[in-house]
Amino acid sequence: MTNRLLTSGILAGAVAGVIAALLQFYFVIPVLLEGELFETGQMVHFAADGSPQSDRTEVSLGGEFGRHALTLGFNMLGYAGFGLLLVALMALAETRGLTTITPRQGLIWGLAGFIAVQLAPAIGLPPELPGTVGAEIGPRQSWWMATIISTAIGLWCLAFVKGPLALIGVAFLLAPHLVGAPHLDAYWGVAPPELAAEFATLSLGTAAAGWTILGFAAAWLWSRGG
Amino acid sequence: MTTKTLARAQDNTVLSIALAAMLGFGLLFVAGYAQAAMLHDAAHDQRHAMAFPCH
Repeated sequence: MTNRLLTSGILAGAVAGVIAALLQFYFVIPVLLEGELFETGQMVHFAADGSPQSDRTEVSLGGEFGRHALTLGFNMLGYAGFGLLLVALMALAETRGLTTITPRQGLIWGLAGFIAVQLAPAIGLPPELPGTVGAEIGPRQSWWMATIISTAIGLWCLAFVKGPLALIGVAFLLAPHLVGAPHLDAYWGVAPPELAAEFATLSLGTAAAGWTILGFAAAWLWSRGG
Repeated sequence: MTTKTLARAQDNTVLSIALAAMLGFGLLFVAGYAQAAMLHDAAHDQRHAMAFPCH
């Protein structure tokens, strides 16, 4: 049981991590690097002459192979962590007799993971382009973690609680957003809003792909081992 | 209640699930949560791309 859990979670995470990293290198990292030009002041939005325009620059990945190798490695590490948690929850649902895990079902589990870990926290704390000035890191991490847990509980209730009681899940989904994420009382952004918005949606899009692959791979490996 | 909890804790399945979950949290702590400067710099791009609260 332990072996099956660990191998399914870690292998699925490694596969999803590699694919997610490749998607990030193509879609997300160039925008992140362009954001860094504004963060470091190499480019300035609303320059001194009062021009409201900033040139769009095509930033290539460059020759920083060490940096990108670390991004690949940490994606594999992060997705392996999510993979282990996902497989642990799948196993819990199965041993409780709530469901039988199939690879097709894994797609839904992956999407639910995406909603809990990426989409719900992004409602309060959008994915940040480098250089974004945010509230204190401590409260943001706490809200982020609480939102993930509350959303996961909410989705679990909707999926597995029988009868009208399942609607308690809605309260868990809503609660973090009624409380609200920590924000500053001023705007500090140095990058163009278009670039920041693009970064947020690209980040969510690639994460949706990564999570769907993670769910499928985890369920496939888990159900094969059984 | 105590006996019941004890009996469940001894259940191999529950222990395995708990172990996998704890290991998962451990990996995520390193990849997304720990603030040590070296770790933060190494994981920087991935944290931004995955929208972990970064700095």
